Amino acid sequence: MYNLDITHAPDEGGHFGKFGGRFAAETLMQPLKDIEEAFYEAWADEGFHAERLDLLKNYVGRATPLYHAKQLTAAVGGAQIYLKREDLTHTGAHKINNTIGQGLLARRMGKKRVIAETGAGQHGVATATVAAMFGMQCDIYMGREDMARQMPNVLRMRLLGANVIPVDSGTATLKDAVNEALRNWVATCEDTFYIFGTAAGPHPYPLLVRQFHTVIGQEARAQCLDQAGRLPDVAVACVGGGSNAMGLLHPFRDDASVRLVAVEAAGYGLESGQLAASLAKGKAGILHGNLTFLLEDDEGQVQGTHSISAGLDYPGVGPELAYMFEQGRLELDACTDDDALEALQLLTRKEGIIPALESSHAIAAGARIAKSMAADKIVLINLSGRGDKDMNTVFKHLGWVEDAS
Amino acid sequence: MSTPIARPSRLAAVFERCKQEGRSALVGYLTAGDPDVTTSEALLLALAEQSDILEIGMPFSDPMADGPVIQAASERALEAGTHIADVFALTKTVRDAHPDLGIVLMGYANVPYAMGFELFSQRAKTAGADGVLIVDIPAEEGHICDASLKQYGLDRIMLLSPTSTDERIKLACACASGFIYYVSLNGITGADMGDMQGIQDKVKHIKCISNDLPVCVGFGVKTPVQATQVAAFSDGVVVGSHFVGHIPQADNKADICAALSASAASMRKAVGAIA
Ligand SMILES: Cc1ncc(COP(=O)(O)O)c(C=O)c1O
Repeated sequence: MYNLDITHAPDEGGHFGKFGGRFAAETLMQPLKDIEEAFYEAWADEGFHAERLDLLKNYVGRATPLYHAKQLTAAVGGAQIYLKREDLTHTGAHKINNTIGQGLLARRMGKKRVIAETGAGQHGVATATVAAMFGMQCDIYMGREDMARQMPNVLRMRLLGANVIPVDSGTATLKDAVNEALRNWVATCEDTFYIFGTAAGPHPYPLLVRQFHTVIGQEARAQCLDQAGRLPDVAVACVGGGSNAMGLLHPFRDDASVRLVAVEAAGYGLESGQLAASLAKGKAGILHGNLTFLLEDDEGQVQGTHSISAGLDYPGVGPELAYMFEQGRLELDACTDDDALEALQLLTRKEGIIPALESSHAIAAGARIAKSMAADKIVLINLSGRGDKDMNTVFKHLGWVEDAS
Repeated sequence: MSTPIARPSRLAAVFERCKQEGRSALVGYLTAGDPDVTTSEALLLALAEQSDILEIGMPFSDPMADGPVIQAASERALEAGTHIADVFALTKTVRDAHPDLGIVLMGYANVPYAMGFELFSQRAKTAGADGVLIVDIPAEEGHICDASLKQYGLDRIMLLSPTSTDERIKLACACASGFIYYVSLNGITGADMGDMQGIQDKVKHIKCISNDLPVCVGFGVKTPVQATQVAAFSDGVVVGSHFVGHIPQADNKADICAALSASAASMRKAVGAIA
């Protein structure tokens, strides 16, 4: 069912056009090369895929359904809306596709300990889950601000046996968690594997993460052909660093008829200065090992970001998305905090599905796009995760509870 | 592009001078603009008095390879409103006062990238810098800066670490000039020094490959005793966190300056002592 060819590969140094690459401190260059080698070797090994795909099927619960959201479609009016249900995976978000893959690599390389950064906590939970299953020690770096707004996930990680390390430096959110994880990895790379959570970072992570997530788009493509008899007209995903977006969109890249849309977090509004829309508002820069679009000031100082959704609250974006955008293959869209909250409620009321705040950005934009199209068209939206972790934030905004953070 | 005038670099002259004096060089680091631009000027001048080479850190919002001490320095500098123009101005002040001092600008890729490497190199050279050390531009990514640095006659200082294989050592040496900076441990700045014998062996090995390029050793040198030990087998000893650590210890310029000067003087003595 799955196509294991690596298409649209970066160049040898991990560049997608001028983007990407491996802008890392010397100490990490060899460990990164080792991971790259282990990845290519594993990817060519049938046994690796047999185990990976077995876990994806019987542990994660793949294939996830493609759901024709008829009630949402009727409420919005316009194109048919199909949802790729990554929220139904074990642990509740797409992130586990990647942690299974990298966890297997870590084990293959004989590493006894894994570390990860996390924003929304979904990648942290997915890493802690795999670490528990594989019997590895696990340390998760998380900004203190994110710990407060995603407390349920912090507790889940602890229950899974992971050590959650609060990060107070900088803005105490996702970018600072990456900094802290990198600082730890520099000192521990001999016995530790860094399970990077999104399609960014130094080569080979953007490639690795993309490959482990393409199951999303490959399934969705086959399911859409099966259910609707044709490909979607538009495929939509939210973008933090780009893992669910690359996972959904990559398998449609060579389908010229399919529009690919990335939805960024506009926070308080695209002109508010309080946002996390790096493609729309950033410029080319270098952070966390890759050249990509960054939100920064005139002198290259990386700026603090804002989004109601911790998983999108990041000043950069995966280099391959930057490349696809520059090449004109990727369309941009953006949603405010309010748009996302509204979409979360709409989907919940119309379909009985509570999406994560990250995914709610894709729902809001996807619905807007569907509305502008005829009823015989198809809009495919990646429902990247479920909303349980966000209930405190949502209740607070609805005025149902006192300030929960 | 004009052909650069071939003259021996100032960094080469510094190492030659130290060699003649039979000692290792003291390479002192401070972050520019820490804790503010005015105080920083006095501190850099004080450290320059004792150093053979001064590394001037360019503050950055996300210093990924630095430990808490130098992270805090970057934060203080940015908080105080330090701009890249201030970094160049401070460099120029130090250069005017110390014509023979080696000066290296050190930092992360995004700051020069935002300015454009060509303009950055021109301004660095005009300010009087001899070389540039960018932590997150390994040899493989040199395509974004090498031509500009070369055009303005700036040395590119390359890092090597315990994880560097022979292949990587060769790669780094092929694009390095000025000196090689050997990071003595797998870790961030300010960590504790590793096993001295292991460091010595690796430095010896690098020198076999580096083709006479001087090798300085840093990360974790905190005491004069360590400085003397490292000096015994290296061309230079880099001291960073230990010097920066004086800054939050006092709240007035005179006291910080006095403490830094004393500390730098003892390190300077230590690198000249016989182990
Ligand atoms: C449910 C969900 N969707 C999306 C994201 C954003 O990450 P990415 O852009 O890597 O998919 C996150 C990140 O935490 C998430 O938890």
